[in-house]
Amino acid sequence: MTTKNADAIVVGAGWAGSILAKELTEAGLKVVMLERGPDRATAVEGAYPDSIDELRGAIRHRLFQDLSRTTVTIRNKIGQTALPYRQLSAFLPGEGVGGAGLHWSGVHFRAAPDDLALRSSVIARYGQKFIPEGMNLQDYGVTYDELEPFFDKAEKVFGTSGEAYKVNGKVVGNGNVFAPSRSDDFPLPPLKDVYTANLFRKAAGEAGYHPYSLPAANASRQYTNPYGAQMGPCNFCGYCSGYDCYMYSKASPNVNILPVLRKDPNFTLITRAHVMRVDLDSTKTRATGVTYLDLDSNREVTITADLVVLGAFQFHNVHLMLLSGVGKPYDAQKNEGVVGRNFVYQTITTSRAWLPENTFTNQFIGTGGGGVAIDDFNSMNFDHGPHGFVGGSPVWVNQAGVKPIAASTIGGGKDAPRWGAGYKKALVDTYRHAMAIDAHGSNMAYRDVFLDLDPTWKNAYGQPLLRMTFDWQDNDIRMNRYVVSQIEPIMKALGATKYELGMLEPGKPFDTRIYQTTHLGGGAVMGDDPNTSAINRYLQSWDVPNVFVIGSNAFPQGMGYNPTGMVAALAYWSAHHIRTTYLKSPGPLVRV
Amino acid sequence: MSVQNDTPKKLPVPPGMSRRHFLMALAGTAAFWTADEFADWRQAIAAEAAQTYTPRYFTPDEWRFLEAATEQLFPQDETGPGAKALGVVGFIDRQMDTPYGRGGLWFMSGPFREGPANLGYQLPYAPREIYRLGIAGADRYCRDHHGNAFADLDHPTQIEVLTAFEKLPIMFGETLTAGIFFEQLRTNTMEGAFSDPIHGGNRHLGGWVMLGFPGARADFMDWVDQYGPAYPLGSVSISGETA
Ligand SMILES: Cc1cc2nc3c(=O)[nH]c(=O)nc-3n(C[C@H](O)[C@H](O)[C@H](O)COP(=O)(O)OP(=O)(O)OC[C@H]3O[C@@H](n4cnc5c(N)ncnc54)[C@H](O)[C@@H]3O)c2cc1C
Ligand code: SF4
Repeated sequence: MTTKNADAIVVGAGWAGSILAKELTEAGLKVVMLERGPDRATAVEGAYPDSIDELRGAIRHRLFQDLSRTTVTIRNKIGQTALPYRQLSAFLPGEGVGGAGLHWSGVHFRAAPDDLALRSSVIARYGQKFIPEGMNLQDYGVTYDELEPFFDKAEKVFGTSGEAYKVNGKVVGNGNVFAPSRSDDFPLPPLKDVYTANLFRKAAGEAGYHPYSLPAANASRQYTNPYGAQMGPCNFCGYCSGYDCYMYSKASPNVNILPVLRKDPNFTLITRAHVMRVDLDSTKTRATGVTYLDLDSNREVTITADLVVLGAFQFHNVHLMLLSGVGKPYDAQKNEGVVGRNFVYQTITTSRAWLPENTFTNQFIGTGGGGVAIDDFNSMNFDHGPHGFVGGSPVWVNQAGVKPIAASTIGGGKDAPRWGAGYKKALVDTYRHAMAIDAHGSNMAYRDVFLDLDPTWKNAYGQPLLRMTFDWQDNDIRMNRYVVSQIEPIMKALGATKYELGMLEPGKPFDTRIYQTTHLGGGAVMGDDPNTSAINRYLQSWDVPNVFVIGSNAFPQGMGYNPTGMVAALAYWSAHHIRTTYLKSPGPLVRV
Repeated sequence: MSVQNDTPKKLPVPPGMSRRHFLMALAGTAAFWTADEFADWRQAIAAEAAQTYTPRYFTPDEWRFLEAATEQLFPQDETGPGAKALGVVGFIDRQMDTPYGRGGLWFMSGPFREGPANLGYQLPYAPREIYRLGIAGADRYCRDHHGNAFADLDHPTQIEVLTAFEKLPIMFGETLTAGIFFEQLRTNTMEGAFSDPIHGGNRHLGGWVMLGFPGARADFMDWVDQYGPAYPLGSVSISGETA
C-alpha cells in the first residue's frame, strides 16, 4: 500500500468530476482525479469511420460500464430478492475518461424554478393534503435565481445551442414561454429542425401548445468556449447517443474541459483506478483521503488529501458513501437515515406517428440534443388540481438518429409481427415513414423506493453490490398517462395515417430489460434538513464536511428535464462556494 | 480519397494475418486512407464473401439449425433479402468468438437464482452456451414432437415450432427456457442483418439498402432541412463498400 498526497481528490472523470477538478486547480489546489475506466481520446477511438459502428457502439456498449466487474442488484419491492443487473439495458452508466458525458446525447436544460422548490410550490397551490401518502416530496434548498449564473456558465462551457425566450426580463425570441428569465442568451443559435421536429413544431402549434427548440449541447456553429476548447459544427450524423462525436461537436468533458486541465501542472489524472472507499479518521467526521485499486497491478493505493469530491455518478456516489460510512444509511422500515433515501428515476414512453408513403422521415438524420419540445404539461405549468398527481413531462421529437439495429428492435409498432412474414415490411415502412414523440417525465420519491447494500452479491473486488428497490408508482403512472393523452391533438394535426400512444401500464412492474433513460437520481439528496438530506445546499456531506458529493444523486425527486444541465450547474455552484468560503475556513458551510 | 486505382500499391501484410484482416485493422486510421489500394481491398472482401465460410464455433448440425431458423425469423421476400443471403449465421458464428460470445460483457458472478422475467437474465450461460444448449434442446423438441430435426421440418411446422419457443413455457433442460434461447437468436439475427458488413453479416449491404439506411455516410449537413423526399445517396460501409 503506497501513500501519495494531494490537496483534493476527485473521484470520476465525467462532467461532475471534470468541472470540480477544473475549478479546484484554478483555485491553486493540487488535484488528483481517479477514474476506474481507461483514458479516452476522440482522435483515437472516436475517429471516423470506426467510431460509427452501431454493433460495437450502442449494441455491445464500447463506451459503457464494464458490468463483468461490477453492477447493481434490482428488485421491485421490499421482501423480494433483488437480482443482479447482468446485461446493460434499462440504464447505461459510463466508464472511462469523460464518463457518460462522452456518450450522452446532449439535451441541455436548466431546471424549472418550480421544480427546485416542488414541495413548497405544490403546497402553496394545492395544500399539504395534495401530496400522496408515502411520497417524500422535498425542495432542493437552492433557488433558480441562485443557480442562474451557474446555468449560464455551464452553457458557455458546453457551447449550448438554443433559442431564448426571456433575457433579463425582456422577451427576446421564440424560445420556451415557460422558461424563466436568463442573464444572457444561449452561446449558439438553435440547431436546424430535422423534418420530423419541424412537423411537430407546426402540429403542436396548431394544437394550441407552445413549441420550442430543445437546448442542445451540440454545436450549431464552430465555437470556442471560455477555456479555449474548440468545437466544430454538428453535421447531424446521428451518432451522439452511445457514441463519441467524431466531429468534436457534442460537448463532453473530453472535448470541453479536459484538454485544458491535462496541461495544468497541478492536475494529475490516474486511470484504471477503482476507488474502493473514502477513508475516514477515527471520529468518522473527517475524510483522510481515498483508497483505490490499481487495476493494472491489482494493488490497493491510498492517497491522502484535505478535500474529497465524489463525482462517480449518481448511484456510484451513493455506493461509495455506503461502503465508506459517509452519512447515515437509510432504513426504510424505520424511515430513518438519509444515504439511499429518495432514489428516483424518470418516466419515459414513446408514441409513434406514421405518415403517408410519399413522405420520408429519414430518421437516421439527427443530433442527440436537437429537436422540438412543448412544456405545456411539464412541472407546474398546468393545473394539477383536477388530476390529483404531482409532476409532469415535456413532450418532444428528439430524433437523435435511428440506426438499423435499434430500428429492428422497435420493429413495425405494437401490433406488427416481431419476426417472420410481415415483419420486414412493417419495419421498413416504419423506418422510412414514421416518427417518434416522447413524453419524458418526472418520477417522484417514495418511502419504499431506495438504495442500500445487497446482502448476497459482490463485485469483482469483493465489495457488496448496491441494491436498488424500485417500481413505478400510481402517481407517476397517472401523470404519464395524462400527459400522453394530450399528444392526441398533435397526432391529429400531423395528419398521421396511423398512430400509437405509448403509456406506462398500471400493474406492470419496472422492467430492467427495456431501455428507459440513464437519468437516475437521488439517493444522497441535497436539502436544508440533515434528517431528510445527505448533503447540504452546497452538496457538502452533513456528517463529513470535507466530502462533497456532486451529481444527480442530489436531486430530491426526478424532474421532467434531462439532468446534466442541472448537474453541471450544481457542480459550478458547489465549486464556487468551496472556492470562496470553504477553502478559507474548512468546515461545515451550513450549521444546523 | 480515390476509390479507383489502376495499379494498386500493396502494403506489406504482417506475418500470420490475412490481407483482409490486416486492412480491416487499418480501417479508420490514416494509414488505411492512404493505403491507396481501395479497389483491391474491396475486391478482396467481395472474393471472401463469395467463398464458403468455414464455421469457427458451430457444428455442422448446429449450423443447419441456424440457417433454417434465422431464415424463418428473417425470410427472403418481396421486401428484401433474408438471413441466408445476408450471411447472418456467419455473423453469429463470428460473434461467438468475441468477448460478447464468451459472456465477457455480462455480470457472470454467482449465485444464480431464478426470478421474475422483468428482473432480467439470470442464467450462468454465455451466448455460446445458450446456443449450444438451446439448439440441442430445440432439435430434441422437434424430434419429440414432429419426428425430425428442425432443419428437416416443412416451413409451416418450423414457424409453428418457433412460435411455440417464443410464447410457450418450454424448457430446454433444467434452467434454459425456449424463450430465452429464442430471444437470443432473434436479437443476433437482427444484428447480423443490420450491422456493418465488417462483422460478417449484412452482405453487400443488403439489410441497409432494404431499410433505406445510408450507413457510414454520417454527414447530413446539406440534407437536414430538405423536408419530405427520401435521402438520395446509397449505402456505404465502414470499409468503403457501396451499394
Ligand atoms: C445514452 C445516454 C444519453 C444521455 N443523454 C442525455 C441528454 O441528452 N441530456 C442529459 O442531460 N443527460 C443525458 N444523459 C445522462 C448524462 O450522461 C449524465 O447525467 C451525466 O453524464 C452524469 O455526469 P456525472 O459526471 O455525474 O457522471 P458520469 O458521466 O457517469 O461520470 C462518472 C465517472 O465516474 C467513474 N467512476 C464510477 N465509480 C468509480 C469508482 N469507484 N472509482 C473511480 N471512478 C469511478 C465512472 O467510470 C465515470 O467515468 C445520457 C446518458 C446516456 C447513457
Ligand atoms: S450528430 Fe452532431 S453532435 Fe452528434 S455525433 Fe454527429 S456531429 Fe457530433
